[in-house]
Amino acid sequence: MTESFWLIPFIPGASAFVLAVFGRWLPKKWVSLQACLSVFASFVLSVVAWVGLLKVDRETLPLVKTLFTWIASGSFSANLSFQLDPLSCVMALVVTGVGFLIHVYSVGYMGHDKGYTRYFAYLNLFTFAMLILVMASNIVLMFVGWEGVGLCSYLLIGFWFEKHSAASAGKKAFIVNRIGDAAFILGIFFLIVHAGSGEFRVINEAVHGGHIGAGLVTLIAILLFIGATGKSAQIPLYVWLPDAMEGPTPVSALIHAATMVTAGVYMVSRMNVLYTLSGEAAQIVAVVGALTAVYAATMALTQNDIKRVLAYSTISQIGYMFIGCGVGAYAAGMFHLYTHAFFKSLLFLAAGSVMHALSGELDMRKMGGLRKYLPLTYPTFLIGAIAIAGVPFLSGFFSKDAILTQAFAQGRYFVWALGIMGAVLTAFYMFRLIFLTFHGEERIEPEAKRHLHESPRVMTVPLVVLAFFSVVAGYVGLPVVFGKKANLFNRFLEPVLDPAHEIHLSLGTEWTLILVSVAVAVCGIYVAYVFYLKSPQMPHNLVRRFPGVYKLLYNKYYVDEVYDAVFVSPTVKGSEAVYTRFDLRVIDGTIDGTAKATGLAGRVLSLFQSGLVKDYALAMLLGVVIFLGYLLF
Amino acid sequence: MIPVSYFFGLSLILFALGIIAFFIKRDLITMFMAVEVMLNAANLAFISLAKASGSLSGQVIVFFIITVAAAEAAIGLAIILLVFRQRKTIKTEEFRLMKG
Amino acid sequence: MGTFLFFLLALLCVGSVIGMIISRNQAHNALLLVLSFASLGGLFGLLDAPFIAAVQIIIYAGAIMVLFIFVIMMVNLKEGIRPERKIWTIRLSAGLAVFFLVELGLAVKGTLASLRVEAGPAIGSPTDLGRLLFTDYLYAFEITSLLIIAALVGAIVLVKKKKDEG
Repeated sequence: MTESFWLIPFIPGASAFVLAVFGRWLPKKWVSLQACLSVFASFVLSVVAWVGLLKVDRETLPLVKTLFTWIASGSFSANLSFQLDPLSCVMALVVTGVGFLIHVYSVGYMGHDKGYTRYFAYLNLFTFAMLILVMASNIVLMFVGWEGVGLCSYLLIGFWFEKHSAASAGKKAFIVNRIGDAAFILGIFFLIVHAGSGEFRVINEAVHGGHIGAGLVTLIAILLFIGATGKSAQIPLYVWLPDAMEGPTPVSALIHAATMVTAGVYMVSRMNVLYTLSGEAAQIVAVVGALTAVYAATMALTQNDIKRVLAYSTISQIGYMFIGCGVGAYAAGMFHLYTHAFFKSLLFLAAGSVMHALSGELDMRKMGGLRKYLPLTYPTFLIGAIAIAGVPFLSGFFSKDAILTQAFAQGRYFVWALGIMGAVLTAFYMFRLIFLTFHGEERIEPEAKRHLHESPRVMTVPLVVLAFFSVVAGYVGLPVVFGKKANLFNRFLEPVLDPAHEIHLSLGTEWTLILVSVAVAVCGIYVAYVFYLKSPQMPHNLVRRFPGVYKLLYNKYYVDEVYDAVFVSPTVKGSEAVYTRFDLRVIDGTIDGTAKATGLAGRVLSLFQSGLVKDYALAMLLGVVIFLGYLLF
Repeated sequence: MIPVSYFFGLSLILFALGIIAFFIKRDLITMFMAVEVMLNAANLAFISLAKASGSLSGQVIVFFIITVAAAEAAIGLAIILLVFRQRKTIKTEEFRLMKG
Repeated sequence: MGTFLFFLLALLCVGSVIGMIISRNQAHNALLLVLSFASLGGLFGLLDAPFIAAVQIIIYAGAIMVLFIFVIMMVNLKEGIRPERKIWTIRLSAGLAVFFLVELGLAVKGTLASLRVEAGPAIGSPTDLGRLLFTDYLYAFEITSLLIIAALVGAIVLVKKKKDEG
């Protein structure tokens, strides 16, 4: 059964194909069943693969299944081949597991949408692309998945394309990703040229064997990382993710938790040899991650849109994962990716449930006191928030702590300090969100209040399942203080992510660090409590005291505006100039001229076409005479 | 004995007269007659060539030409009749539907 | 005697075609054409082709001419149609025709020279012709019958008035 792992991506792929081609004739029930079951089947296969992987001899890893040679050009060839190793197995489990729950949730959430079938076709396609990305055994095929998720994110963010903002958000996601991908593909070219192949195994050997110069490794690593900043929404290419909120909420959950943004982290982990070898590149990854973690968290502080807060929190959390990768603790980064998948999809789906209850309201200022109306959404949301805030004994705590401990242990105190700062902010804004939404006075619009209701079972059950995992998922990766062998997650990933680079601190230091992060989390929650429950006028006072800071944060540091002024407007204006000067005059002129010349020639020639039989006969006679003359003389 | 070239000369003259008749006349029926004249000029040439080469094939060809000409005349005259019924004229200048 | 006959028939033939060009009466034209075809038939006889000569008289001077006469009767023009008014068309076509004549003459001269036979042996008994038609040219002969049938049916279908036209 383990050998059939290559089927994992293809089941959702086939389902997407069927839905896209025959979807319009299929009944709604069938569509939902097929879409969900295809992902579930992949999930089952992933579990089977995982179980098989536990038994398999580690020396034989990774298992590679080559379907056929896909590109063969000269000395270069790329196969359509998949590989199974712990890293891809973890990713496949996360993608299919969380993806399945999101599919189920979507059945309820999108129930009344007229693009129901299209939606599920996209969703399946998205899962398919992501699975290709994580299971590909060479970087070329991985790039196919990489672009595939980019395309699907465009399709799904712009799902309600009649809405101008949704359409432009989709375009923005696509274009920003394109910038990163340009660098990414350059990196791929360098790798293929210098390693001689796109296969990860060959690349790893080439890098280990020192066949690629140190400078070149750094260059490739940085190029690939630029691609990752686009896909994983890091500074400076994070701008698309907050706008991606325009898509349906389950899509946000999928993008933020299971697919898309995690691709960058996965890629860096997959390419860990490069980053291990190149200290400079790793340094960049860590610093960019740390800066993003804090920077995005500050922007989350002032947002009033419930999904936007979550979006910035995703950017911030992905930053943590990159800290992990940057300090060499790839397993910790992957661990955070894995726990984050649960609580972030939980938060998004719960937020979707809130929206559903309030007839699409997103503004937290128009919520409040929802606790009693949403008896299931509230506790699950709370669990997600606690998990992400880093309160002990929930999954987010273990993974975030693993990353920060490693950062500290590696002596990256600056990165560590930023991480701690981000943790305070995270706890604060998450509980600001909780308090504003579920506690305090009701500020709900009367119109929305009349329709106020808890979501149907099909939506709440995934919430409960995700909440359960948000609590327990962390226990597979306990910190060292619970014993050297406690971190099952790291041990599972050992064949791929070499733990040798992780430095272990003394138990006392470990405990101190854990206490610090606990204190930080509690502190953030307490401040939020004071600000938004105990004395709600305090935030207003603060805003009045520091209007500049507030405005800066509220407007997201004006980054969108700056990008617009620096990159977008000149491009648009330049294109317009080219359009009016060159396109309209030269190209159109040439084409119109050709058409005119043809028309003129036709009119001249039509003079010979008198319509009189005799004229034609005369012309024929003339022709015969000339022809005969030619033959004779 | 008459030299074959005489017959050839006559055939050519007939052909040229057919051409001239075709272009000078303006009614379809007479133009059609001119075409028949040209056909017969060709027949004469074939027969004289058969005589000159001492082979009967030329005569066979002429036999076929006459058959085809009969068929062609039947169809051609039918078409002329049809055209006349539609347009009430057989002047060629009146038919210029194909004018570009 | 033969030469005299040739010139007589040739003159008759050419004269009737010229008359056809001059005359504006279609019925006259048809009769002149019959005359010309009949004299051609005589010429065929001079060329050792008695069978073809007979066919020429029967089919051309007989069948085809009757067709022409019938059509002329049906069209029944009150007055003749004057010849071409565009003088340049006449000049151009006449010039081209003469030029064509010269060209053909040259071509024929070359052909005859290559044959080197001014007057071959006596050929063309109807028996020989019949044998040839039913042996070497059998397929062509049979297909000709199809052609005739097709033409017959075609002509009838074309000219037949539809019922609603009355």
